[in-house]
Amino acid sequence: MPVSIQHRRSAESSLRLLCPNGHLGFAPIKPGSFAIGCAAEPDAICADSGSCDVGPGPLGADNSSSPRQWQMQDLETMLLAARRLAVPMIIGSAGDTGSNSRVDLFVAMIREIAAKHRLPEFRLGYFHSEITKEDLRRRMLAGDTVEGLDGRAPLDLVTLEATDRIVAVAGVHPYIELLDKGADVIIGGRSSDCAIFAAPAIRRGFPPALAYFAGKLLECASFCAEPYAAKESVLGEITMDDVKVTAMLPEQRCTIASVAGHAMYERANPFHEHFLGGHIEMRDCRYEQYDERTVRITGPRYVPAGELRVKLEGAGKIGERYVGIVGVRDPYTIAHLEEVIAWARGQAEEQLGSGSGWELHYTVYGRDAILGAMEPQRHKPAHELGIVVQAIAPTRELAEEACMIGTRQLFYARLPEVKGTAGGIAFLLDEVMPASPAYRWTINHTLRIDDPLELFPTFVTEAGV
Amino acid sequence: MPGRSLSEIAKTIRSKNAGVDHITFDVIFADRAAYERVRESGVLSRAAVCRLFGIDDDRITDYVEFDPALAIKFTIRRTRPSGSPGDADIFGSQHHGPLLGIEVPDE
Repeated sequence: MPVSIQHRRSAESSLRLLCPNGHLGFAPIKPGSFAIGCAAEPDAICADSGSCDVGPGPLGADNSSSPRQWQMQDLETMLLAARRLAVPMIIGSAGDTGSNSRVDLFVAMIREIAAKHRLPEFRLGYFHSEITKEDLRRRMLAGDTVEGLDGRAPLDLVTLEATDRIVAVAGVHPYIELLDKGADVIIGGRSSDCAIFAAPAIRRGFPPALAYFAGKLLECASFCAEPYAAKESVLGEITMDDVKVTAMLPEQRCTIASVAGHAMYERANPFHEHFLGGHIEMRDCRYEQYDERTVRITGPRYVPAGELRVKLEGAGKIGERYVGIVGVRDPYTIAHLEEVIAWARGQAEEQLGSGSGWELHYTVYGRDAILGAMEPQRHKPAHELGIVVQAIAPTRELAEEACMIGTRQLFYARLPEVKGTAGGIAFLLDEVMPASPAYRWTINHTLRIDDPLELFPTFVTEAGV
Repeated sequence: MPGRSLSEIAKTIRSKNAGVDHITFDVIFADRAAYERVRESGVLSRAAVCRLFGIDDDRITDYVEFDPALAIKFTIRRTRPSGSPGDADIFGSQHHGPLLGIEVPDE
């Protein structure tokens, strides 16, 4: 029995899924617990590589927030292990966003790693998940309503126009199709986290409720274990009757509290998990401590959707961006900071006029930067404040100028009773800095489709030698 | 009798994005007695949360007492999507700060 696992396979037929990382590429895989997991007879190694958490910038600009070196390192760790064990390797939401370019990037990386290590030839499957603006516009004009999620209004054509890139969120279907085609390694476009794990289990005939629920628990790796330690491997086992989840790091355990606590993580509500084709109902889940490091869960229910609606995520560019950073220590200025900011805004308006598309955002650390109007203590600012000034405009030149005025004019603000007349603020740098362009989430909606594969073309190729 | 702060009583107090338009808050307790005491005290009720953050009730999209995890969980709609210009908490991971100091009466 492998040292890591407190229990043997708990049924004649079971499927073991190893998850080494909750966001592949974003922070490197920890090799120790991964090696222990690889010794625990996994039937597949699966990881999610994407998240909306990185903000709208990467999807809009079509880049990754994870550095290439870390993506390579994680893919190499997983690929070498999966090929050695001869089990499928499944990655979803490639490269933070799951856009087509990120899938193609990961496919190229897999080829490069396979060639570098002279791995015997294997089948590399992948699928895309972008939907073009033209396609979506056509569907909208033909009468399809793109319904808003989370209280958003239905999508209109103006918002669609303001969008740069859209991904559809896949379910288990393209993964199952690629496994059916014999793929040993799958690089997926944007996907529901739980589908990446559920696909191999559903394909092997395990109950969808347990398969999706296992995916929900496993997708963040060791976040479902305690004590807190991120990026460590966890192992899930699915049988016809239950799901068991085990921490692989010797210092961690899965407990009823850690697993039940994780079931509600990052979700508005702990009772439902939605994906293309349905949702699972978790209200009647039962959690038991199975052995010291393993929790057993029974009771999730799978509810198929009456109508297939696929989630869409879209990001659109607002403008180029510059950033300035200053500090304030004068108590009188701190007490009148809103007037100081209003002065600087006014000076920008005087210089640049309004209507040329520039905007200024002031984020005041030490007062209410993080919570804004929700900050209960915003009327009790600290003795010293940091102000980050962001200017956004259609061109870099205008963004730089707006940022320079909006930052420097804080220095010249005219307060009637100020004692310090040499300058209203302290400069960290007497300059403004170029930052990545500003984007926003334009689309968080759903679209009706007829076929769960219709937006997710699959491809199979060979890699290795 | 002066109480203790929520940070002394709860095991986990966190906030995190739930999608791009919501931030969800989890307050998790190590034992049932603490969970019930906080629940019954009302210091984390919907209305108390609205008062603390100065928001209207309709900004709270979900409010759940989740027995299996000994957790009180609520979700607040953002005024603009995560990562929009001016948003300084893209992951929503520091909005729980004001909860830590909530005073919980002893009995």
